[in-house]
Amino acid sequence: MNLTDQERAMLDGQDGKARQKAMELLVRYGEALGAERLIATDNIAGVPGSSNPFLQKYYHQHGGGSYDAIFSFFDLDSDELVEVPKAAAHTCHLQGGYDPDNWQTLGATPENFKISQESEAFIAGRGVQILKTCTPYLAGNVPARGEHCAWMESSAVVYCNSVIGARTNTEGRESTSAAMLTGKIPDWGFHRDEYRFGSHLIEVDVEIESVMDWGMLGYFVGDAVQERIPVLTGGFGGADLIRHKHFGAAAASSGGVEMYHIVGITPEAPSLTAAFGERKPVQIIRYGLSERRHTYDNLNSKARDSQVDYVMLGCPHYSLDQIRDACRMLEGRRVSANCKLWIFTSRAVKAVSDAQGLSKQLRDAGAVLLTDTCSSISQAVPPGTKVAALDSAKQTHYLPAIMNIQAWFGSTQDCINAAATGRWNGVAP
Amino acid sequence: MSGNSFVLKGRKVVGGVAEGEALVTRQTISGWGGINPMLGTITETRHELRGQSFKDKILVFPGAKGSSAWSAVFHMTRLSGTAPKAMLFTEMTTKIALGAVVMRVPSITDFDRNPLDLIETGDWVKVDADRGIVEVRKAALRTGS
Repeated sequence: MNLTDQERAMLDGQDGKARQKAMELLVRYGEALGAERLIATDNIAGVPGSSNPFLQKYYHQHGGGSYDAIFSFFDLDSDELVEVPKAAAHTCHLQGGYDPDNWQTLGATPENFKISQESEAFIAGRGVQILKTCTPYLAGNVPARGEHCAWMESSAVVYCNSVIGARTNTEGRESTSAAMLTGKIPDWGFHRDEYRFGSHLIEVDVEIESVMDWGMLGYFVGDAVQERIPVLTGGFGGADLIRHKHFGAAAASSGGVEMYHIVGITPEAPSLTAAFGERKPVQIIRYGLSERRHTYDNLNSKARDSQVDYVMLGCPHYSLDQIRDACRMLEGRRVSANCKLWIFTSRAVKAVSDAQGLSKQLRDAGAVLLTDTCSSISQAVPPGTKVAALDSAKQTHYLPAIMNIQAWFGSTQDCINAAATGRWNGVAP
Repeated sequence: MSGNSFVLKGRKVVGGVAEGEALVTRQTISGWGGINPMLGTITETRHELRGQSFKDKILVFPGAKGSSAWSAVFHMTRLSGTAPKAMLFTEMTTKIALGAVVMRVPSITDFDRNPLDLIETGDWVKVDADRGIVEVRKAALRTGS
């Protein structure tokens, strides 16, 4: 790789051992990719220093068990123990750990909660912003268009590239931790203009209006294009943050979509020509009534029993507007005695929900507002859950397999109805 | 090289030398939610290798898919001793590049011919990633000779 003098100096250890190890990892990674150089980034979203019982135990046996040890040996893949300095670039921590106010609800043991608190304190001490959310763009980290970022979390990556027009690959834990100490990331993939053009044309022949419509379309598109870049045309209603969030999260779980274009809507697709550049679509795919129905049936294929024990909302983490909508739908109703309703969001959004009185409304209706995680990440559902109801295609993709439960997919209203009655009455579109 | 063996050439992703039995799939593999790193097995519900172990195998596959935790989950296979011996793959992504680096297993991509067409599960494969060379001895012919 061609390194600048500053990068070379860091690799030679002039900025200390930890930044040297971080640079060594970035060079190994860049060479593996076939990248020619690194690029500067001042916007990193990762999970630095986060721990789990396996890593705790492993690095207790191999390396003394300090958080410096976990960061050195795991995050930086270093063979030497280094002392972790302050972040060199703006870095936030994504989802993970336990809601500090509701860890017992999530079934955490005091021991595991303590581990999560300690790793949080360690990383906060290194200047990392404890956003603890899969939606950093709803909690204070909104990149500018064209900004080079190094983000993890597939739903955030696809939002960053497609909706904001900033630039990031799907980074991993080790690369984001190395970027945090160096402010560098390989200049490859979505950092480069030529990589960002579309590959597949998706002609949408049904009206795409509700959040559920957008989620189903995303799930269909991800399955159809896998890791490629879809360009969509058609009639899109209400293309707001919430709808993009659900679309991208779904497309990044049924496939590996890291960027999409919607002609006339997303920033790098003012026209079909702009979206494809010099490329010709490798395939033209239609999304009509039968594709929509098939997607709905596919998402609901893991559910049989209409009695619902658990309703989970907040994948990706709910925005303030979504929490307000859920409160409205719950007005004059209560969560059934046979069911639980958990809503997940970021700490920042929860703080505003508290101030608005929305958290109290949820509590009074028998729901719980939680932060930091979700049922898939924490592998936590209410005890005895057999059947869940979800308004997120992404969560529907993961949760049944992870927790070995059934899951219904539908609109937020379908889910709130299920929470209030304990029964699924979702309607196919 | 004669009838029952052949050589593929590619680009080094991670250096090193290894040999072992091939485990081949045409399906990409998920890290988080797709494997059990403690056992080295594929767990994804609809994967054709579900329940099979890649421990100590030469894993031949298109590449990585799914969550951004791919590298961290495969990194744990190295710690728990369940990692494959080498990886040969056809689709470069940030997930697999970083994963290969932190697993520290010899890895090659950008082949002159498609390894997914030529290598089958059970074939004996020698990987010299430093030189970008893969030697394959076919299992069927090996046992027949």
